[in-house]
Amino acid sequence: MTTLAANKPAYDGKTLDLTGKSGARAFKNTLATVLIVLCFLVALVPLLWILWTVISKGYHLLLDPNWWSQSQRGVTVRRVGGGAYHAIMGTLIMALICAAIAVPIAILGAIYLVEYGKGTKAAKVVSFMIDILTGVPSIVAALFIYAVWITVFGFNRVGFAVSLSLVLLMLPVVLRSTEEMLKLVPDELREASYALGVPKWKTILKVVVPTAFGGIITGVMLGLARVMGETAPLLILVGYSKNINLNPFEGFMGALPTMINQDRTELALQPAADRVWAAALTLILLVLLLNLLARVIARFSTIKSK
Amino acid sequence: MSSTDGTAPPDRPTDRSTGPKLDLGPVGHLGDRLFAGLARGSGGLVVAIVAFVGIFLLALAIPALADNNSSFLFSRIWEPGGETPRFGIAALFYTTLVSSIIAMVIAVPIAVGVALFTTYYSPKRLAAPVSHAIDLLAAVPSIIYGLWAIIFFAPILRPVIDGLSSALGWLPLFEKPATDNLGVVFTASVVLAIMILPVVTAISREIFAQTPITHREGALALGATRWEMIRMAVLPYGRSGVVSASMLGLGRALGETVAVLIILSVPNGNDPWDSSIFAGGETFASKIANNAAEFDSPEKTGAYIAAGLVLFVVTFLVNSAARLIVARSGPGNRRPRRNRRAGTNPAQTEGAAT
Repeated sequence: MTTLAANKPAYDGKTLDLTGKSGARAFKNTLATVLIVLCFLVALVPLLWILWTVISKGYHLLLDPNWWSQSQRGVTVRRVGGGAYHAIMGTLIMALICAAIAVPIAILGAIYLVEYGKGTKAAKVVSFMIDILTGVPSIVAALFIYAVWITVFGFNRVGFAVSLSLVLLMLPVVLRSTEEMLKLVPDELREASYALGVPKWKTILKVVVPTAFGGIITGVMLGLARVMGETAPLLILVGYSKNINLNPFEGFMGALPTMINQDRTELALQPAADRVWAAALTLILLVLLLNLLARVIARFSTIKSK
Repeated sequence: MSSTDGTAPPDRPTDRSTGPKLDLGPVGHLGDRLFAGLARGSGGLVVAIVAFVGIFLLALAIPALADNNSSFLFSRIWEPGGETPRFGIAALFYTTLVSSIIAMVIAVPIAVGVALFTTYYSPKRLAAPVSHAIDLLAAVPSIIYGLWAIIFFAPILRPVIDGLSSALGWLPLFEKPATDNLGVVFTASVVLAIMILPVVTAISREIFAQTPITHREGALALGATRWEMIRMAVLPYGRSGVVSASMLGLGRALGETVAVLIILSVPNGNDPWDSSIFAGGETFASKIANNAAEFDSPEKTGAYIAAGLVLFVVTFLVNSAARLIVARSGPGNRRPRRNRRAGTNPAQTEGAAT
């Protein structure tokens, strides 16, 4: 961007020179530029540092096929060996159950906001509540499910309870992104469908939602990425198990965040430290993969807004 | 994923699933009513969930609060359960608020800088990758932040802490700690700042990009430098957006659990309470997560749930405030993206002087 102030010398001795920037102003401008670029560089440091730490300390265990196929059953902190299969499966199972509950509610909620409730007072209330839900800390969501699932109903601490609390965290993410996408669907498409005599619900299901599908998937991916990294609900609602447990309704369950948490106090011992960083890298890879996938899908399926 | 090319027509207009075949009016269609009901139900469910969170936490907190033998709001003691349960949230509240506010104070200027960089300074080709990189900061799970911070980041903050405490040590907030531990509130704040940076950046970026091109070109046409243009056109336009972004960041920081849990060293029960940010402490979230194993009796659990309820109320208020600021004074909420063709400036030179 070029500034309009030209750097020509003054044209006359008599009049005041207003064509150039005074020294102080030019200095302030340069200073601001330097500070702003500095801000950006400072912001990048932690990201690169964290990625470097986790990759350099964790990558070698990931190259071992056992990491992907074995659990930590019988492996103590002082011993090398075992894998993260139990934790990866636990994380995936809990996240997928959460998605199975949250995604339909989120999509229907977004359809309500865009297609049915547009402009009504009720929709405003719903919209406000979604904002509030976005801000609910994960520990509060976990406590709420604890209150319902364990204190009121008297069930045990199981993986399914974690999924329920994750629903509270995933729901607003998916709902908001779905809403944004549905809003982008041009009204002409809906009108064309109505003109053909298609009822509203079929128009929504067969025209509006498929048009916005890419964006909805992006939202789901981002929601999944968010809930997979959550630790607080795991700490409160399910115990960590070193064994493979694929049943979300019974017994403790491993998960990557709790696997990290389990051994984080034993980092002085090399085998434990290796496992912690490898689990961290696995978790980051999982989350970043979902994020990247979401972006790729978003790039190839954006609705062309006019 | 395949049929996303804009104009996918409904494959068959003839209705074969539900509804009478020859009914021409779609009004009152069974499918329509069902589907509308489902959609409304989902909307209602969201409201119900938020309401239930408050109601359930309150219902379980009340019995414990009734048995409490010390002031819940003003006591710093935390001894729930037993014959005479005594617990108060003053210390938790203080640490939570102070750590989050410091995080906000650190994060917001940097976030504004990054947002300005991506919107008005970086080469156009660099802007998108940079934004994505900052967004990736939000994707890193908080437990990894905590682990990285306590092992690698806290040691390099040591000199900063020493410098600050020797310069400003006369203030209780910056008092020099008795012991040299790494898990202090200040470290937690810096890490929280990193964690909320992407949120604040993303929202500020959106707002800055929406500054009307007329404002910006007007400033430039008057001979403003780029910084003066930003100060006079972009920042005033985006002020309320930045304020609400900061509030949302604050809300995030208040509720952050695991990173804080890992970083903060829990003060010994016998030590006197320390108001300094260079001492350890506990926030609402870290206290609850740290003691999840203690949830054995309803009275004890009730105390933690009461703490969780306070956290919920505080985040609720902060987030509502953020939304209200946007709603009241936000610049046109949904505007098309910034017009990129800024190059065509009408350089009209008025040559009529004497």
